[in-house]
Amino acid sequence: MSHHNDNVAVGHEQEGMDKKGIWRIFFILLALTALEFLIALGFVHHWGIIQKGMFVNVVYIILTLMKAYYIVAYFMHLKFEKSGFIVTCSVAFIFIIYFIILLLIEGGFLAGALQSHPVYPH
Amino acid sequence: MSTTTVSQLDKVKDGPWNGGKSPWNLEYGKIMIWFFLVSDAFTFSAFLIYYGAQKFAQPTWIDADKVFQSIPFVTDSGQPLVFVGIMTFILIMSSVTTVLAVDAGHRNQKQEVVKWMMWTILGGLMFLGCQALEWQHLHHQGFWFGRNPATGAEESAIAEILAPYFTKDISYTAALQFSNLFFTITGFHGVHVSIGILLNIIVLSMTLNNTFERRGTYLMVEKVGLYWHFVDLVWVFVFTFFYLV
Repeated sequence: MSHHNDNVAVGHEQEGMDKKGIWRIFFILLALTALEFLIALGFVHHWGIIQKGMFVNVVYIILTLMKAYYIVAYFMHLKFEKSGFIVTCSVAFIFIIYFIILLLIEGGFLAGALQSHPVYPH
Repeated sequence: MSTTTVSQLDKVKDGPWNGGKSPWNLEYGKIMIWFFLVSDAFTFSAFLIYYGAQKFAQPTWIDADKVFQSIPFVTDSGQPLVFVGIMTFILIMSSVTTVLAVDAGHRNQKQEVVKWMMWTILGGLMFLGCQALEWQHLHHQGFWFGRNPATGAEESAIAEILAPYFTKDISYTAALQFSNLFFTITGFHGVHVSIGILLNIIVLSMTLNNTFERRGTYLMVEKVGLYWHFVDLVWVFVFTFFYLV
């Protein structure tokens, strides 16, 4: 297969991750996950310092997006690809943001509608 | 007496998109696996956003801390998040071993690729095993596709049966929707993990057969690795939206 790709740098890294870098990212991911557990198990569940709700959910989502960034950028190596390719792969996610907004509006409507017309009586 | 002026037209264009070379400097198959993963990300996003919309639309929702609080073979209740924490750690770990396999592939170290791919497959199998235990536990409680613990019970008993899973108001519909979406989304993710293990096994046997050594590149390890990282990435989101939020 590879003889079709003479003009593609196959098998050689231009730049990117060495072993040290890989473990660095692993420890970042581990630390972010540990932080999530500390908040969920410690602050919310055990000590009851923070109530479940909007604030803590936003914190979880930010931590999740940070983890997603490290996985995609470093483990999946996207950060080291050509900028055109990064844009091509990431720009489509505008539709996901749009979809989230759409379904939040829809859910908000349903929340009202289900109160006045319940599907099940309980 | 001639002045050699090169006109604009004669100038050799050498930008990335002027032909003669791959503008993204990526092999075809690798671009395609990326595009597949983008479309797959849309599928999972749609699932999770629908879960969010349902949760938002219902006046009350199940409390994840009360549904998932067992550690198989250790305790049946009182330990929320611990077991899923172990699952998350296993999957992140197997993601790391994948990057190490890819890294070994860049250096053409066959033995190292084999070693790390075996660890990856082991991690995947362990994750699937944990998920099977988790499913079994929920099924035992009465959750399944299209049913929750109170399905089939008398109307007067429903609130009592569902009480252990709610902190706020109790809703049969919310418990049902939670049950459906949990099994659908983690099931779809589990299918991805299974396919990933299968692909990893195929690539491992190709490595052992010296296919990549003859080909001169371990690019296939990289492509399967991208898929495996994606499975890990999806789990990060499933974990947040089912277990934390």
